[in-house]
Amino acid sequence: MNARQGGRLFDTVNMIILFLLVLLCLAPFVHIIAISLSSTRAINSGEVSLLPIGLNWNSYKQVITDMSMIKSLGFTVLLTVLFTVFCMTMSLAAAYPLSKMKLKGRKFVMFFIIITMFFSGGIIPEYILVRNLHILDSIWALVLPGLISPFYLIILITFIQNIPDSLEESAEIDGSSYFRSLFSLIIPLSMPVIATLSLFYAVGRWNGFQDTLMYITSPELYPLQLKLYQLVQNNMVSDLMQLEGANGTQLLQPESLKAASVIFATVPILLVYPWLQRYFVNGVMLGAVKG
Amino acid sequence: MNATRYIRRYWQLYALLVLPVLYFAIFKYGPMYGVIIAFKDFNFFQGINGSKWIGFDAFREVFAMRDFYKTLRNTLMLNLLDLIVSFPAPLFIAIMLYELRTAWFRKLSQTILYIPHFISWIIIGGIAYQVFGTQSGMLNNIITSFGFDAVPFLTNKSYWLITYLAIGVWQSAGWGTIIYLAALTGLNRELFEAAEVDGAGRMRRIWSITLPSLKPTIVTLLIINIGHMISIGFDRPYIIGNTTVREYSDVLSTFVYRVGLESGQYTLATVVGLFQAVVGLVFVLGSNYVSKKLADQSIL
Repeated sequence: MNARQGGRLFDTVNMIILFLLVLLCLAPFVHIIAISLSSTRAINSGEVSLLPIGLNWNSYKQVITDMSMIKSLGFTVLLTVLFTVFCMTMSLAAAYPLSKMKLKGRKFVMFFIIITMFFSGGIIPEYILVRNLHILDSIWALVLPGLISPFYLIILITFIQNIPDSLEESAEIDGSSYFRSLFSLIIPLSMPVIATLSLFYAVGRWNGFQDTLMYITSPELYPLQLKLYQLVQNNMVSDLMQLEGANGTQLLQPESLKAASVIFATVPILLVYPWLQRYFVNGVMLGAVKG
Repeated sequence: MNATRYIRRYWQLYALLVLPVLYFAIFKYGPMYGVIIAFKDFNFFQGINGSKWIGFDAFREVFAMRDFYKTLRNTLMLNLLDLIVSFPAPLFIAIMLYELRTAWFRKLSQTILYIPHFISWIIIGGIAYQVFGTQSGMLNNIITSFGFDAVPFLTNKSYWLITYLAIGVWQSAGWGTIIYLAALTGLNRELFEAAEVDGAGRMRRIWSITLPSLKPTIVTLLIINIGHMISIGFDRPYIIGNTTVREYSDVLSTFVYRVGLESGQYTLATVVGLFQAVVGLVFVLGSNYVSKKLADQSIL
């Protein structure tokens, strides 16, 4: 076998393995879609694997006519947008002054911020703080504590520092103020990094779970993840109960409904992801350059 | 420039900093101050300052708890196993993607392999119960259809460990390739051509060119991972775990949550959190020191 043939064999094997990995990556999603579209009888008899059996859309009809689910989706969208806007406003307000090396006190403020990357009080003191601020069980408990990530802030500062000073100097000669220069120069020029960081904040908030579990008690303020968690937990209980031979299955919702709810919560991410993939990847690169 | 003129010129920059600095003071330094309840018999009625000092009593109590050592062991065990299983996976996949000649297939593979990273642990948990469940999970349907006994993937602690690790690989392997692929874009393709002229096969080129060029990235990532040995996320063990496998699934983060917020023993939970933060800091600083010595590169 010569090198050329060896190379071709390598390419074929490589492609086949990657193809299998891609299938492995997708299989769980395909399975859960199949479950969501199958009849309860087929699911209980264990026939459903990757293709729906007894195809029907009832579970989806039930999910989208469930007002509490729609409200939860609406609340999650509101929460995510509010959080992201607040995060970026605060991050930009911090990053612009901190990008100026000559600013007096800059080093102190940077030190003040970077310390928080290495040491935190932990979740119990955080919980006590949120409770003492009287924002427990409100949207603010999910917005305020996570406003600025020092790591993302450093990425933003580095980006702004790479904008040529001459641009800003010429703007200042025209009698422009720092506020003006921030809005008319720095923000427009930072759009790529703003888009990337916004995405990271937004996805983090959308998928965030622990703080919703800790801070939210009113069902009308349940974000999607918390709402879904109850279904998942339910799922687990049913698995355990069946294991122990108890007959608790009648009380539980059909598997297809749980599967449809999972899909319902996944679709928003899957819809935006392919279009925004570029920005996500950029974000990792920005972080890597820094690290 | 005197002080008044300096302020007049730069006040806008300082004004911008007011809210962010306040944010860090309240939401980051506030909880740091709150850590003092580790040394107090805290209750909400008397508040942080009003509660009685108890010195190191709570520390003695925590260090005498069996569950504390169990969760500490589990945290280190899960992180270590994760490192062994999940760390090499992205490296292999990145090299395979890099070697792929068909551009469209490479792009498509990347897009799909990245997806699990964007799925929340709640959703992954929901999917996991459908796939690994003992009664009606997809895998067990297949296993039993061949006449074998169902495997308790989620309810036997040893099987659960494998399930936990497998889900981790599934979730992180694709996304983890990005950093390696980024490092490889800087690699000079001429090296490969030269090697080919010298008669080196594909495997040989991977071994002698691609892998060595990734060495700094691998070392840095490895050190960062070791630095985070004691910190563990909450969502994954909490959601993938359940009461039947608590012997393995109970880790420091879930322990803090259970003791603190479910049982209301705020002081004890704060002690555990403080222990984790201090040891974590030592680990991170230590790994940075090693990184400086080894790779002449600070990871902080």
